[in-house]
Amino acid sequence: MTTLLEARHVTKLFSSGLLDRHATVALEDFSLVIDSERPSITAVVGESGSGKTTLARLLLGLVAPTRGEVLYQGQDLQNMSHTTWRAFRRDVQVIFQDPYEVYNPFYRVDHVLTTPVAKFKLASSKAAARALIAEVLQAVGLRPEETLGRFPHQLSGGQRQRVMVARALLLRPRLIVADEPVSMVDASLRATILGALRTMHLERGISLVYITHDLATAYQISDNIVVLYRGSVVEAGDVELVVKQPHHPYTQLLMSSIPLASAERTWTTDSGTSTMGLQAAESAGCKFADRCLRATSPCLQAAPPLFHTDRYRAVSCYLYQSAPALAVTEMGKAFTGPAKLSHGDGT
Amino acid sequence: MTLDVLRVHDLLVYYDTPAGAVTAVNHISFGLKAGERLGLAGESGSGKSTLALSILRLLKPPGRIAAGEVWLDGVNLMTLSEEDMRQVRLARIALIPQGSMNSLNPVMRIKEQLADALQDHGVRLSKRDVAERVRDLLQWVGLRPEVADMFPHELSGGMKQRACIAIAISLRPQVIIADEPTSALDVVVQKQVMETLARLQKDLQAAVILVGHDMGLMAQFVDRLGVMYAGQLVEVSPVRDIFTQPLHPYTQMLIASLPSLEQKGTFRGIPGLPPPLRTLPPGCVFHPRCPHAVERCQTEAPLFREVRPHAWAACHLL
Repeated sequence: MTTLLEARHVTKLFSSGLLDRHATVALEDFSLVIDSERPSITAVVGESGSGKTTLARLLLGLVAPTRGEVLYQGQDLQNMSHTTWRAFRRDVQVIFQDPYEVYNPFYRVDHVLTTPVAKFKLASSKAAARALIAEVLQAVGLRPEETLGRFPHQLSGGQRQRVMVARALLLRPRLIVADEPVSMVDASLRATILGALRTMHLERGISLVYITHDLATAYQISDNIVVLYRGSVVEAGDVELVVKQPHHPYTQLLMSSIPLASAERTWTTDSGTSTMGLQAAESAGCKFADRCLRATSPCLQAAPPLFHTDRYRAVSCYLYQSAPALAVTEMGKAFTGPAKLSHGDGT
Repeated sequence: MTLDVLRVHDLLVYYDTPAGAVTAVNHISFGLKAGERLGLAGESGSGKSTLALSILRLLKPPGRIAAGEVWLDGVNLMTLSEEDMRQVRLARIALIPQGSMNSLNPVMRIKEQLADALQDHGVRLSKRDVAERVRDLLQWVGLRPEVADMFPHELSGGMKQRACIAIAISLRPQVIIADEPTSALDVVVQKQVMETLARLQKDLQAAVILVGHDMGLMAQFVDRLGVMYAGQLVEVSPVRDIFTQPLHPYTQMLIASLPSLEQKGTFRGIPGLPPPLRTLPPGCVFHPRCPHAVERCQTEAPLFREVRPHAWAACHLL
């Protein structure tokens, strides 16, 4: 098994100002392995402040980890030769959240597609470049004749985001890191874009790290899921297990808070009595302890490790301490294999 | 049969642009019963926020209310003077605005902002009574008394949202219009805020119009749901019916496109795009994307009518 991209014990702290001793922990001791032979879709779910965008930026080498390292084919992103960087920039693509901000409004949308073709010499002639661009646009359900030659403001948000997916596909990457790719897109187009990402995974064997706050789309698209809370992994594993029978009290709270779009009411808006306090101070123990109804004294003393509760799941909670503990670098052991894929299966 | 507390009749709103007027709210009529929770759902550009602001006469140019009536308790709001309308707002019909966390004044303490709203609407109270009123209001929305002396930046998103709700309910309005009140909040906090809003609405016996695009939020909160498309109301039905037996093809496709947590499925988006509001298609506005469209749909606009008891829709095929 060879790894394409690996995060190893990555911690990222942000401090503001010279004298600030209280650095904010954006991500703590995070590890993840993306296999190069077995394409996978991994969802990373968390609320705002959980560290999910920091994770995306770390995986892309846009920020350097405070501790730990991110490796591309075994080489540290922060210490890579020019040639390896070039290969990395081709193999690992990104789709950002905001389909409005990523475009230069003075250029036609063609610009974001022709630039990579020129930079990476993907086509030998103008006609070949054109054919290549047309192919990727069609792959995401856009008609080239209705898309090319337009300015960003002439396209809808959904169209703009699909052009971004097409741009990522153009380079035939092996991994796409998508940071909230559909959160600014309307529901009816959301499904189209996620469908395009899933097709690209199935047909071209591209792995996907899908970062989102939305558990429903994460469930729909991914095989494995990682739930983050304030920078730490609370639960990880097979998406079916985590979503259907969440183990960690935080995952349970998250699941019960989702407004389900169905005729069945799961919210009790008829007898709401919740009040809300100020945020609690940082503690050495479990980060969720101050909100957890089942917290006991050990929870306040030390952060729980990941417990391997099921074959395909690990939970960072002392409620499951009878299960064997799993080193954070072994989190992938709780992931399922790419069962839905026929090619490239090495197990 | 309860009476309507609010009636919108044939409301027509334009945005004036150099290239001509664009129809944002296209002849919309509906009623709101006392104590009812009505949802207005639609995608971006469907006119839902414009409709909400028009009811309150808070629409700014280039937006322009061209025609229509909004009746609140026997008074047509469209005929009121600017000053009279200002007094009606907050006292009788209040708004919880979109991104309301940014609508608080950053240099005023929370108690000053609450007192400001009271005084501006002619509530004359002694300093001590104001303090008491502020404390009651904060407690009502689930905030601690200390919050009164804080500035907005000291509060979390959910707390700011609660402070905005406290302002909105300070004069016990009959109608509360909440425009995407929780769109910037995390799901856990969103649920707490919506539960608070539900409790207050019950206590006040107020009617609520919830404007938004999150169908899940609608499913969990409202009694009746209106679905907007390209400036028109295409369906208004009891919320259960919307999810179990939607009438309009657009509603059906919208429901089918929602990702479920029950079962993995294929992604079913709605092909095509909403029409540009400047050049709406003739006939039914949805016909270019409708899989069931027949010839009549291309020429004749369908009437908005009661298809089943309490369920209204605008479609020739129903």
